[in-house]
Amino acid sequence: MKPWLRWLILLVFAIYFFGPLLSMLDFSTKTTGGGRSGAAWKALVTNHQVLDAIGQSLLLCLTTVILMLVLLLPTMIWVRLRLPRLKRVIEFLCLLPLTIPALVIVVGINGVYAWVNYFFGYSPVVLTFAYVVLVLPYAYRALDSSLSALDVTTLAEAARSLGAGWLTVIARVVVPNLGAGILSAAFISVALVLGEFTFASLLNYQTLPVVIDLFGKSDARVSVAAALGSIVFASALLLLLSFAGARSRGRKGA
Amino acid sequence: MFTSAGKEPVAVDFVDLHRHFGNVHALDGLTLAIEPGELVCLLGPSGCGKTTALRILAGLDHPTSGEVRVGGKDVTRVSANKRDMGMVFQAYSLFPHLTAIDNVAFGLKLRGTGSGERRRRAGEMLELVGLSEHADRYPHQLSGGQQQRVALARALAFQPSVLLLDEPLSALDAKVRVQLRDEIRRVQLEVGTTTLFVTHDQEEALSVSDRVGVMHAGRLEQVAPPAELYSTPSSQFVAEFVGLTNRVPAVTRNGSAIVLGQHELPALAGSVDGDGLALIRPEAIAVVPDEEGPATVTAMSFRGPITQVRCELHGVGGSEPTDMLVQMASAAAQKLTIGGRVQLVIDPTAVLVVPA
Amino acid sequence: MRRARSLVPLVGILPFLAYLLLFLLIPTVVVIVGAFQENGSFSLSNIHALSNSATIDALRNSVVLSASTAVIGGLLGALLAAVIVSAPERSVVRRAVLALSGSLAQTGGVSLAFAWMATIGLGGTLTTMVQNALRLDITGNGWLYAMPGLILVYCYFQIPLMVIVFLPALDGLRPQWREAAETLGASRLQYLTQVAIPLLLPAFLGSLLLLFANAFAAYATAAALVSQGSPILPLMIRAALTSEVVLGQQHLAYAIALEMIVVVALIMGAYAWLLRRSSRWMR
Repeated sequence: MKPWLRWLILLVFAIYFFGPLLSMLDFSTKTTGGGRSGAAWKALVTNHQVLDAIGQSLLLCLTTVILMLVLLLPTMIWVRLRLPRLKRVIEFLCLLPLTIPALVIVVGINGVYAWVNYFFGYSPVVLTFAYVVLVLPYAYRALDSSLSALDVTTLAEAARSLGAGWLTVIARVVVPNLGAGILSAAFISVALVLGEFTFASLLNYQTLPVVIDLFGKSDARVSVAAALGSIVFASALLLLLSFAGARSRGRKGA
Repeated sequence: MFTSAGKEPVAVDFVDLHRHFGNVHALDGLTLAIEPGELVCLLGPSGCGKTTALRILAGLDHPTSGEVRVGGKDVTRVSANKRDMGMVFQAYSLFPHLTAIDNVAFGLKLRGTGSGERRRRAGEMLELVGLSEHADRYPHQLSGGQQQRVALARALAFQPSVLLLDEPLSALDAKVRVQLRDEIRRVQLEVGTTTLFVTHDQEEALSVSDRVGVMHAGRLEQVAPPAELYSTPSSQFVAEFVGLTNRVPAVTRNGSAIVLGQHELPALAGSVDGDGLALIRPEAIAVVPDEEGPATVTAMSFRGPITQVRCELHGVGGSEPTDMLVQMASAAAQKLTIGGRVQLVIDPTAVLVVPA
Repeated sequence: MRRARSLVPLVGILPFLAYLLLFLLIPTVVVIVGAFQENGSFSLSNIHALSNSATIDALRNSVVLSASTAVIGGLLGALLAAVIVSAPERSVVRRAVLALSGSLAQTGGVSLAFAWMATIGLGGTLTTMVQNALRLDITGNGWLYAMPGLILVYCYFQIPLMVIVFLPALDGLRPQWREAAETLGASRLQYLTQVAIPLLLPAFLGSLLLLFANAFAAYATAAALVSQGSPILPLMIRAALTSEVVLGQQHLAYAIALEMIVVVALIMGAYAWLLRRSSRWMR
């Protein structure tokens, strides 16, 4: 493809993708008099409802990543080491949430969540349990590609022959070598949690996306400011991930 | 039956080819004439420019300066798809969505051959490489060696004027490699197409070629038939790259070289007086037990018909001892013992003396 | 004794299985069973409700929305992927496009809806610009908040998703195939039509299916854009769940959800089959 054509196409796409983002910046800083104001952006840190929601969403990011890792890492490593024939089954289960729409899960999860609320209360953090399920396919893929690049069986055998127990093998031999995959899974989870609306709104929790939507009717500029912040934050994270991941790929063990 | 029916084999000429990538000179003045019907091998370590030369001939790359002529015509500016050349790549070049026979017929299809005729000719080619019963298999169902045979059939199906092979055996298992290289030579002789074969494996080059061109840093060091290349290398690089060599200190004086302090040999024309290196092939040395000999046997490795013997030549007058590798008939090697003193007898016609 | 020992390692994955059972499988079963219930007993009334004109309309709109954005997003996404595929893996442009695509494809939802409202909605940047320059009101009859708007905005995350999903397939096109075709005498067009396109077709179609499923199941964007009415299935579920008027709507939501599972499962099944076919080649 001719270079000039390539750059032209990239330019058109750049306009299509950055245009709305720039519009968001413009929209969120307009005042009715025709001037500029940072009021909407200030509201992000002064308005209690928004601040709360941001806090909840960030907290959810943290809890989701932690629970996801705690649940998925040992399971995947264990399967690779001791139950290799179940790999396909686990893979299928982890990719299942791609086939069952979040909307559908939400519809049927009321009963289960009644119990969750009974044990864990009504704070938005309980959404963690549902979010881990939503994040599963992406996290699985990221961790799986990292695990595949590592010869886990040989590492484990070497560690075992030196006297390590299974827990040591998982925690101190395998996991430290999975840095790239863990980071990748974490970042993708964060991006997903920050934008998740279906569960939060239908189960009536006030996370950031829900509040953004709420403010749409009263003060759209705040909504737009928060939405832009969300997108920029998630994009920055993923960009960081791709550059960090690329650098660490240069290191290869013996 | 299949010999370029009606088509005469053509000559290929590289004329002073240069190929620069920024500051890197991949080709630094390559000139080579390939006779019609000849199989010439370009041999050399990676980075020597052999693949660059092949790709320029194919039209997949363009020289910075110089000419490429096929059958006397200048084709330097002709695009790759109009050059009428068949090429076999190192690996993975078969189209995965086509069966073996459809792969082979691809070139014919592009030239507008009718489907009945296509199938017949492709079938003939598959028979030539011994894969008739795999005609309807897909590439992923074939082994590496079988895939390369299909690739060869495909490259020859449309009777190109030149056949190009870019390290076709490098990706295969050792045993398959040996089988397939004989196949390739057999097919090439039967079809009679002028062929350029690129490889870094000297055994391959020596066994299939009419002539071998040894390349180094973008230049052609020597072009000669395999036997000549082996027995009379024209430079240190060629001597060391092709076959095993011992490097022994020598002193050149007045047109003769003193090797190992004893043998006096005619030095190469134009060599300068002074210290030099004598390059001696392992099979050009005979080892004889001798209580007062200047060398000691350090190791022996039985290889069937021949045995490799390592000797340490004691330093003369305070100089470093030299490690020598000798290849001899196993029967004679039986008389040697490790640690025993021996005499080394050198065949003077198999020595190349170069400046140090 | 041997059988007991071979079962012990299974204990290691029990937590995982239990978790999935609770938070994925049980809700799904609840939905499937609930679709066939009304007032606590077995009933097909909700399944029948699926053939109401309103529900059929919603199904049709959902399919149209998903199919159109899959095709548009697929073609444009493939084009963008083709542009960056030849860039080296470490090139800034390639990594930036991929990172941006990753975030746009994931965070979607509400933020995207507001991005477009800020651009061409009431008081949007582009709206104002066009208003001032050409005295045209592009917000018209509120098309942004109905089907046409949904199609436009959905493409915003379908295109990046296509880039992410289809790029590996483009990467898998080995340069040797192109060079082999060239030396065999193929022109650029012949290479494209006889080699590249047949090889890429399964992956391309598979990606389109994935995009279809993605749009079909999407909820957040539509929920944020459309505040009144239920033009598509997901919004009908919202209406059924949040309806203050009719209490018994809960089970209708189950029925619609079941319908969605069936459609998406079929699409994903076809996707998996296509993926297996093309992966045999691209090793």
